[in-house]
Amino acid sequence: MSIYNPPAGWFKAPTGAERLWVGLALTWCIIMSLAMPYWHFYGKQNSTGESYRVSVADYGARVQQFVESNTVGTEQGVPIVEIAPGGDGYLLARMWAFYPIIKLKKGQTYRLHISSLDLQHGFSLQPLNMNFQVLPGYDHVLTITPTSSGIFSIICNEFCGIGHHSMTGRIIVED
Amino acid sequence: MASAVDSLPIVGNHPQAEVRSCDTTSLPVCLTAQQFIRWHAVVAVVFLLIGGIGALLLALTRWPAVHLLDAEWYYRILTLHGLNMLIFWILSFEIAVLYFAGTVLLNTRLASKWAAYVCFGMMLVGSVMVDITIMGGKADVLMTSYVPLMATPWFYLGIIILAVGALIGVFNFLATIYIAKRDHTYEGSVPLVVFGATAAAIIAVGTLLHGAVVMIPTWLWSMGVISEIDPSWYRITWWGLGHMSQQVNVCAMVSIWYLLGTLTVGAKPLNQAVCRGAFVLYILFINLASAHHLLVDPGVGAGWKIWNTSYAMYLAVLASMIHGFTVPASIEVAMRGKGFTRGMFGWLAAAPWSNPGFSGFFLSLIIFGFGGGITGVVLGTQQINIMAHNTLRIPGHFHVTVVGGTTLAFMALTYYVVPLIFQRDFYAKTLCRLQPYVFGGGITLMAVGMSFAGSYGVPRRHWDIEFTGGQFAVGFDAGAHAMLGIMGVGAVIAVIGLLMYVLLVVAAVFFGPRIAGQAMPPWHEEPARPADAVTDQSEEHKTPGTLVLAIVFLAAFAVYYFANWMWLADVWEVR
Amino acid sequence: MATRDPNGKHPIQKLMDNPWLLLVLGIVIPTVSYTIWGWIELWLVPTATLP
Ligand code: HEM
Ligand SMILES: [Cu+2]
Repeated sequence: MSIYNPPAGWFKAPTGAERLWVGLALTWCIIMSLAMPYWHFYGKQNSTGESYRVSVADYGARVQQFVESNTVGTEQGVPIVEIAPGGDGYLLARMWAFYPIIKLKKGQTYRLHISSLDLQHGFSLQPLNMNFQVLPGYDHVLTITPTSSGIFSIICNEFCGIGHHSMTGRIIVED
Repeated sequence: MASAVDSLPIVGNHPQAEVRSCDTTSLPVCLTAQQFIRWHAVVAVVFLLIGGIGALLLALTRWPAVHLLDAEWYYRILTLHGLNMLIFWILSFEIAVLYFAGTVLLNTRLASKWAAYVCFGMMLVGSVMVDITIMGGKADVLMTSYVPLMATPWFYLGIIILAVGALIGVFNFLATIYIAKRDHTYEGSVPLVVFGATAAAIIAVGTLLHGAVVMIPTWLWSMGVISEIDPSWYRITWWGLGHMSQQVNVCAMVSIWYLLGTLTVGAKPLNQAVCRGAFVLYILFINLASAHHLLVDPGVGAGWKIWNTSYAMYLAVLASMIHGFTVPASIEVAMRGKGFTRGMFGWLAAAPWSNPGFSGFFLSLIIFGFGGGITGVVLGTQQINIMAHNTLRIPGHFHVTVVGGTTLAFMALTYYVVPLIFQRDFYAKTLCRLQPYVFGGGITLMAVGMSFAGSYGVPRRHWDIEFTGGQFAVGFDAGAHAMLGIMGVGAVIAVIGLLMYVLLVVAAVFFGPRIAGQAMPPWHEEPARPADAVTDQSEEHKTPGTLVLAIVFLAAFAVYYFANWMWLADVWEVR
Repeated sequence: MATRDPNGKHPIQKLMDNPWLLLVLGIVIPTVSYTIWGWIELWLVPTATLP
């Protein structure tokens, strides 16, 4: 009975089906424990948390410089900025937009920096459904390789005030 | 409970006239503890009602075809719902459970009546303060209040007062088990349910300490005393509060499973060492999983993420898988012992499904295991979290842990608390018998809708998935909308189940027939021993049915786990 | 489970019967592994050079 003091000698090894189950469960847990380190080294999708401390002003200025030197067009008044393959690009999250529009080429690798000018935001790339956290004061670097082309949306999925639902952005990937 | 009438002499350490012998179980009930169990339980149900009304409004807003609230009120009610449910309802009920397990099952008095008053008062004042600031529009920051989003200082202060009050209650429990040991009110090891409650209390101490460490500076910051709080530091420390408190719930819920197994069908744990070992694994490792919320964060690296999210090699998952086996196995053994030996699942079919204490607890076990457990481990897999963080998959997961699991277990226990502790009988017993099915069914449906919508990328905590006013047009396809509709229907059913519970409990507690001095009316008739019953003479307990269920569970787990890895392999490469 | 001293308790049973030891371990392990290690990770975050 679980509500009475157990009789002396309750401490004993499991037997029968219970023992079998403990063994199965333990095996499964070991498999899962190996899966994450395995994927970290051999898998292609990882969140390593590469990041740097940065002031909001410095980051904002870096984004501005990036936009000024790499703009290739505009859409709805927002600059479309291309990152050189292998190079660094800077995306800004603020209430309530992602800035600028980023242009990439399929199959190339980029270092995409993201940070916030104000509150915490969420970088959620749709319709792929890839999600990363964006914090003010932290330059979060995603080393990404687009494996599909088209027009992708970024939506914010961390609450950032009353206009949160309208916070969107764009990534364009060409073949 | 028929099997326990061999009366226990009340020796204990109770002062004169502050104890009664339970008319049903003969257990000694400390009257001080009883009073506070009643108070905390009543307050808990009030918060559940507030949270439940909020739940309906939220679900009807997230259901795009309805889209009820405006943006401001959606976020306000979301803050209200999260805190009233996850913190006020759950914590109040847990303090009641601790007082029960600490005193009644150890045959001792509550260590300090004054501490109990202080705990109750502070928890009430803190919660009410928080609710007032939220409804006054001064704290639209959601329950996580991530900095630099700022609420009025009264909001943080309310949370601090609440947390300190709860901590005092937890210390009162620890002091109670201390005096019980000191006064030799029991022999040998503590009962399993007390052991589980102790695990919950230990985890609660760690939780509330983290709460103090994060909330006090944040409160000072909101008053301008501190100029800045690092957002990542806040997230790490806040989740020490936010996630660890969920582990308190897990321990409390599992303890209640064992308790209700005993109260409803007279189940005995097969092997106490295994059950306790699993609780020890919880105590040691389950709290590492606060990292689940930071798996795609900057600031912390992959080593920290992988080690902590796996609870140090999944040792806490092992513990849950053990409980998930031993609880139904103990039911199987008890039912087979009553002669229900036919086939693999004769024992399960013959279980007292009309007893809400049983059905509620068993549904809680199934929903928590198949729903919450599997999704939790998968979403908490470091890399898979890339496809889940802050999407509706997350509320889809925790509504089948803390709602379909913990809340339903608490509801099931209430069907015994009211007659045994309030000494009142229920009205409308048919509704009582239905209630766990309505609530459990509704919440499961809602969680399924949320999880699939989240797999389409639909974010959580988001007022408008049409992104009205955004600089670019974004939307989700029809599948996601359909899933949100399923979520909405499930939510309405769950809210009906919740309101049934609140009404039935309020009617019984305040107006129910008094049954002091008599045994509680049983929820089910003991079924007659079947004619074809075979008596098993061997010592070994046979649990083939549970083993089959467990293997089905493991198979479902493995399929979902590997399927998610496969989906992950299809997204862009990222490091 | 390993050998048991015939008149004493198995060390694991001793741990299970000792809530105070469990309390200490249950606070120290997560605080060190999750919280303190996490804070150290933040403290080690380098300053951005913004190439
Ligand atoms: C009838 C029962 C319930 C229904 C229909 C319900 C429904 C919902 C809905 C629709 C959301 C909003 C999700 C979003 O938009 O992001 C939500 C959030 C939440 N619910 Fe519930 N819920 C119920 C019960 C509970 C209970 C009993 C608990 C806790 C014990 C709980 C804890 C939470 C939490 C923690 C959140 C997240 C709040 C946030 O994101 O800040 N819910 N619920
Ligand atoms: Cu945002």
